[in-house]
Amino acid sequence: MVERIITLPDVGEGVAEAEIVEVPVKVGDPVREGETLVSVMTDKATVEIPSPVEGRVAWIGPEIGQKVAVGSELVKLEVAGDAGAPKREVSARERPTSTGSATRDASAHAAALPSGEEAVSKGPARPPIPAPPSAPARPREAARTAPPTAPAKPPDRPLAAPAVRAYARDAGVDLRFVTGTGPAGRILREDVDAYLATGARGSESARGLARNTAVEEIKIIGLRRRIAERLQDTMRRIPHFSYVEEVDVTDLEALRADVNETRKSGRPRLTMLPFLMRAMVAALREHPGLNARFDDTNDTLHRYGGVHIGIAVQTPNGLMVPVVQHAEALTIWDCASEVARLSEAARSGTAKREELTGSTITITSLGALGGIVSTPVINSPEVAIVGVNKIAMRPVWRGAAFEPRKIMNLSSSFDHRIVDGWDAAQFIQTLRALLEAPAKIFMEA
Amino acid sequence: MEPISCSVLVLGGGPGGYVCAIRAAQLGLDTVLVESGPLGGTCLNIGCIPSKALIHAAEEFHLARRFATHSPLGIRAGEPSIDLKTTMAWKDGIVSRLRGGVYALLRRASVKVVNGIGILRDGKTCVVDTDMGRQEIAAEHVVIATGSESMPLPGLPFGGPVVSSTEALAFGDIPERLVVVGGGYIGLELGTAYRKLGSEVTVIEAAERILPQYDAELTRRVMARLSKLGIDVLLSAKATGLDRSGATLRIERSDGREQRLPADRILVTVGRRPRLGGFGIEELDLRMSGNAIEIDDQCRTSMRNVWAVGDVTGEPMLEHRAVAQGEMVAEIIAGEKRSFDKVAIPAVCFTDPEIATAGLSPDVARAAGYTIKTASFPFTANGRAMTLEAEDGFVRIVARADNHLVLGLQAVGQGVSELSAGFALALEMGARLEDIAATVHVHPTLGECVREAALLALGHGLHA
Repeated sequence: MVERIITLPDVGEGVAEAEIVEVPVKVGDPVREGETLVSVMTDKATVEIPSPVEGRVAWIGPEIGQKVAVGSELVKLEVAGDAGAPKREVSARERPTSTGSATRDASAHAAALPSGEEAVSKGPARPPIPAPPSAPARPREAARTAPPTAPAKPPDRPLAAPAVRAYARDAGVDLRFVTGTGPAGRILREDVDAYLATGARGSESARGLARNTAVEEIKIIGLRRRIAERLQDTMRRIPHFSYVEEVDVTDLEALRADVNETRKSGRPRLTMLPFLMRAMVAALREHPGLNARFDDTNDTLHRYGGVHIGIAVQTPNGLMVPVVQHAEALTIWDCASEVARLSEAARSGTAKREELTGSTITITSLGALGGIVSTPVINSPEVAIVGVNKIAMRPVWRGAAFEPRKIMNLSSSFDHRIVDGWDAAQFIQTLRALLEAPAKIFMEA
Repeated sequence: MEPISCSVLVLGGGPGGYVCAIRAAQLGLDTVLVESGPLGGTCLNIGCIPSKALIHAAEEFHLARRFATHSPLGIRAGEPSIDLKTTMAWKDGIVSRLRGGVYALLRRASVKVVNGIGILRDGKTCVVDTDMGRQEIAAEHVVIATGSESMPLPGLPFGGPVVSSTEALAFGDIPERLVVVGGGYIGLELGTAYRKLGSEVTVIEAAERILPQYDAELTRRVMARLSKLGIDVLLSAKATGLDRSGATLRIERSDGREQRLPADRILVTVGRRPRLGGFGIEELDLRMSGNAIEIDDQCRTSMRNVWAVGDVTGEPMLEHRAVAQGEMVAEIIAGEKRSFDKVAIPAVCFTDPEIATAGLSPDVARAAGYTIKTASFPFTANGRAMTLEAEDGFVRIVARADNHLVLGLQAVGQGVSELSAGFALALEMGARLEDIAATVHVHPTLGECVREAALLALGHGLHA
């Protein structure tokens, strides 16, 4: 027997640490080559660490939710065979350990043996992996062999003196909801008063309602934790400034309907999003300061020539922002296809790391749920985010009469350290002019 | 007669009914009580009160006879005699005084009492045939309190020498040979009384032991006393009928052997059943629980604004339960928030010695899933019991092992019926063993044994 230690590989792009989000195996499980041992989350991508060999899980280091540095030991495998033919894996390496527990020493000894035969023969004699005292298997086993327990204690009625019971009834208090502070949990008159003082009324139960005091503890891990951390960091660092403007999209919607009607087969159905993306590309030509990333630790603003538009996507696990790279080089059809492809990848969890990073400006849209105003949070370290609200038919004064027009609000936020209100407003007004006269979107600069 | 319209109609003038009526009237409700017999019901007229009078008289006579033969107290007296007619008249005097008291209380509370059998036409109206004609009563609320009646034994119908407790409380003479069929508390109380008055008494019980609803530890003392008094107790035996002469009772023993018992009187006390017939109750088609009217914890029946209290609602058929229910129903009708939330309904057997119980016995508590602490303190270690020649018996306490909450209190012994109030108080107040142990109990009294039992259960008894 030899022991192979699986460590956290360098998952790329300067990632120094990753969070353990899933450990599908447990100690003692046999694993096949290629079977996932651990899933870790870096930035916004989940990376599965496969087993490089066939073997048996002997030890699992980190727990779910724990952050581990690149190179840390994740899993130790017992692998049959000789130690002399190591096939080095990125994520796994063998090494004789010189320090640590008896198990380690034993395995180190085994690993150092030149002959696999001897190693195998030594295998069964090897002391079993000592289970920690709190190993769950132990108490469970004990419980199974324990004599059948006595029948459960009957539900006790509230313990209270007759006068207190009458007092509670008159006050409309159901004593089952009152905590007794007297001996043996006896409910005192003061307990009823305290209950009444909290505003909780026993009549709740008379109405068929009851207070639900359940509290569920949910460990915030994985993507949700990353989202939480990033949003916290963003809100702390970036002074947000939001700006809402309404856009008359009647003509744009007419165009969109017409284009969808007459589109060639095989082309995707166009939503509002690709039009907005093309309009943003056009508007950013005039306002390049908004297509940027602000490295505030080095006081450096990076303005980009290319427009890499992040698209906020709701996935089963939470919000993700896949990136449409170089939107300035894409046709409206390409934009539509790319958004569809990336959204699907994000939802199915197959988005690649590079598809989730590098945006220079972001669009967020809740579609039909868009509401009338939102206050988007900037996708740090960018400096602007454009939020799309719902389209609604509204009466609009058009010089002579009210006319029904399709109106859509854009709620946008800016990093006020970099973007002045004037510039932000200019950008949104440009965007609005383009969207209201959609032909301009497609005119050469 | 002019129809009466009222808020509350109470059908039955026993303890459940008359208390309900008084309380309802006190609360300002226009209340009518319908009763065909004397007020006070079974308890006052043919139950608790006359039987206790008879038991007391018998005990006094028994004592006097003891003084005529031998007494460790040094008292010597001549052979006593008893004039049963005077005894019965004294007993009837007590009953009529109490009955008069009930009339007075009802009158003072302005309850209208209608004499006659009330027949419910529906859940709102009642027709009563009175001496003065037919009286129709319409009510918003009807409280059924018709009580219970002695159950006859198939093959041994009441009549002739076969009597129920009602007749046994009014015998014109002391029967020479009395056979009691049914070893429950009524049969044993009366059988013991007549034995003390001089009858030859045999008790026949179909079960394996007397007082089957009490645990053997308690009933053993009563059994021993019965045999010391010379009462023959035939267990696992069935009375099958009278022979043709009418003076001999046929009995089937547990081994299948038939036995013939000569008897002047045969007292059948095999239980009581709710009294439902003849009041139009069956026609209301109320939901039943066995042979009793089903009620919820507010004594509501399955029909809106029709209530039932007391024995007609089934076991335990006890006066104090009926009174508590009647009082509560009146208050609920008056708009108060009440429910029958008693922790315990204590019970007493006026046997010799007496048995007093409240709450759970050790076996019942264990069966209910409690881990318990229990302890008994004997009267042999109690000074007052010695001075009363009442050393037979004990007080037993049952408490939860985890928080020492008292779950039950039982006692057997002379005069322990008076301990039952304290038992019930301890349970209703949610007393722990420590509460009882820390309460100063008067010395020298039998009640000290309650504290000593609590101390024993806590593991540091002082006098045992």
